[in-house]
Amino acid sequence: MNIPYTVEERPDSGLANGKLGIWLFLASEVMLFGALFSTYIILRTGAPEWPHGELNIWLGMINTFILIASSVTMVMAWAELKLHNWARHRLFLILTFVLAGVFLVNKYFEYSSHFAKGEGPWHSTFLAIYFTLTGLHGLHIVGGMVVMAYLLGPGAILFKRNPEQFVNRIEYTGLYWHFVDLVWIFLFPVLYLL
Amino acid sequence: MDKTGIHPGGEHAHIAAHGHDEHHEELGWWRSYVFSFDHKVIGIQYAVTGLLFLLFGFTLMMIMRWQLAYPGKPIPLIGQWLGQDRAPMGIMLPEFYNQLGAMHGTIMVFMGVVPLAVGGFGNFVMPLQIGAPDMAFPKLNMMSYWVYFLGGVTMLASFFQNGWDKGMGAAQSGWTSYPPLAVIAPGQTMWLVGMIFLITSSLLGSVNFIVTIVQLRAKGLSYMRLPFFVWAQLVTSFLLLLAFPPLEAAGVLQLMDRLAGTSFFMPSGLVVSGKPLLISGEGNPLLWQHLFWFLAHPEVYVLILPAMGIVSEVIANNTRKPLWGYKALVYSLVFLGFMSFVVWAHHMFMTGMGTTMSAFFQTTTMIISIPSVVILTALLLSLWGASIRFTTPMLFALAFLPMFGIGGLTGLPLGLAPSDIHLHDTYYVIGHFHYVVAPGTIFALFAGIYYWFPKATGRKMNETLGAIHFWGSFVCINLVFMPMFIQGLGGMNRRMYDGGLQYAHNAGLLKYNTIIGFAAWGLGLFQLPFIYNFFSSIKWGAIVDRNPWEATTLEWSAPSPPGHGNFLAEPIVYRGPYEYSVPGSPRDFTPQFEPEGA
Repeated sequence: MNIPYTVEERPDSGLANGKLGIWLFLASEVMLFGALFSTYIILRTGAPEWPHGELNIWLGMINTFILIASSVTMVMAWAELKLHNWARHRLFLILTFVLAGVFLVNKYFEYSSHFAKGEGPWHSTFLAIYFTLTGLHGLHIVGGMVVMAYLLGPGAILFKRNPEQFVNRIEYTGLYWHFVDLVWIFLFPVLYLL
Repeated sequence: MDKTGIHPGGEHAHIAAHGHDEHHEELGWWRSYVFSFDHKVIGIQYAVTGLLFLLFGFTLMMIMRWQLAYPGKPIPLIGQWLGQDRAPMGIMLPEFYNQLGAMHGTIMVFMGVVPLAVGGFGNFVMPLQIGAPDMAFPKLNMMSYWVYFLGGVTMLASFFQNGWDKGMGAAQSGWTSYPPLAVIAPGQTMWLVGMIFLITSSLLGSVNFIVTIVQLRAKGLSYMRLPFFVWAQLVTSFLLLLAFPPLEAAGVLQLMDRLAGTSFFMPSGLVVSGKPLLISGEGNPLLWQHLFWFLAHPEVYVLILPAMGIVSEVIANNTRKPLWGYKALVYSLVFLGFMSFVVWAHHMFMTGMGTTMSAFFQTTTMIISIPSVVILTALLLSLWGASIRFTTPMLFALAFLPMFGIGGLTGLPLGLAPSDIHLHDTYYVIGHFHYVVAPGTIFALFAGIYYWFPKATGRKMNETLGAIHFWGSFVCINLVFMPMFIQGLGGMNRRMYDGGLQYAHNAGLLKYNTIIGFAAWGLGLFQLPFIYNFFSSIKWGAIVDRNPWEATTLEWSAPSPPGHGNFLAEPIVYRGPYEYSVPGSPRDFTPQFEPEGA
């Protein structure tokens, strides 16, 4: 049995099923992070004082550029696939995966410097919201990496059987990846700069 | 063909556009009945699991009602089996009473009603009503069921956790889990983990529902030709999609408070059992309430909208008339969905959040009552001048109208801040929302079970047993909840282990607890005919054809039960959903799927 519109677009909505699905999923993600950002605002406005300069701005900034770069390589991976440049598509997707990994390594150094001082999430409300927000964001990075690893490994076979559907999958992965990137672009000023 | 049950392998559908002759595989038992991708099987799995949880959650309440009717007396029959940590010598401990209360609410809402109304009916009926071969993402659909199942198992297991979760037993802080109590009380970690499973399941499900309704409607099925039930599922899915993530966020934050020593919801200077609590402090307990009710108010509509959808289908079918004001119904529904996101803090009038906030939220609350009244009125007017068929589903659907009416109207004094000050946290509140959810939603769900049972099994349920089930439940359930209004108006507080024996103002009100107790146990007895009817009808019920109720919507054009792929030919829709008693037509129903002049 075939489900209609898994690959081709439905004329009246102009969407394939997966595209609508990923946008709806991202809408729910907006609500998830929206609730956490609201929490941040309420806790900060209610606090007698709010710490500044607890985080390493340079590490945060480097990570911001890493993620922006990974968004670019993600788009390139999709565009090359559209042009049927299989090898270059693989290269850019691997690059995206590696950049995501570098981001996490960087994050690890940041986390461990806090823990080395004995300052975990229990230390203060600021560190509590910092670890929660960046931790949840980090989990989203890991999730993205799992999907990319699948599309680089066993999932790549789909390209032979149904190239259109595989291109769609790369596109949806990209949409998710840009969202994860966007969340960080909000997180960086909110946690490091303000 | 096997007529004894649901048989996904029997009667294969061949869709004209997408024949599947290239590979014809017989699925094994596990893939057909347990790990199935078929929306009908998943729908039935959801429905049966949901029904079992409803029964379990109701049993918890029947045990609590003994303690309220006869405080401190040993529980008969099962008391001795509950164990020394819960009920020594069969006498219930206060901690166990609190566990039962918290878990009754959690189970009924998140593991009973929603999975049955959305996961069960939505999954089984909606794709059939829109003429789809299955859900848009069948694997995701299976996954959402199993994630829900895991959440349910986690919740049940929490009753047996022994000491590692800050004490023994299940969560004890009410289904609302307000901090600071919830952060320091036993069992809450498992509750939060269970909730995160249940929320994830709802999110996966709601994405799937919306995509299916937008993308997989049959040819000719425009939005304004959708059965009202499908509309209700669509709006419900949007509520689940957008309201649940903030509770997931709140759940993560409360989990951090319990496990990582943070103080998101814990204010500074807390003293517990005479000792200052060693926490970093500066948290905000009200924040939890905001995040919780931002979900939990839309959740109320998640409970009621599918019920309204079911009732609309049953009423149109049994009045043999089009629904009165279909467009008004749809627009009210969508408006209700939007408004449900801006009423949440009417649960918080008593928290000291300020009069400006109260004024805003009581205004939005009054506004949201308008579309609810429009929907109820339209359904009531649909009965006007009809020659009603009093089938079992119709009895439940008819009862839904006044029951939901009582539930809704008793909500108005709670929505207005000044009267809420008197009524807040009393049994009046319990009476109010149970009228909406129990004789309201659950009656509608029963209507749905009797109505779509023939589609799922190919057999009808017994009407006599159905009538006994209905009349018994109807009388008992009113005897359970009506006295609660009297108790609540008298000021009797909810969540009291002994019903509030030591308070003088309760003296004249405690006698109602005995009545309520017997009514609740009677209500339990009157579910037995239903349980027997349900199982015996699968085997011995009267065999039916495709359209036993002479209904108009698409699901009745599929075989009963539908095979894999649902329809034998690609369904095409020619008209609106409720073309009953069309003048000049030879029959009193003109199905959506019949061409002009057929």
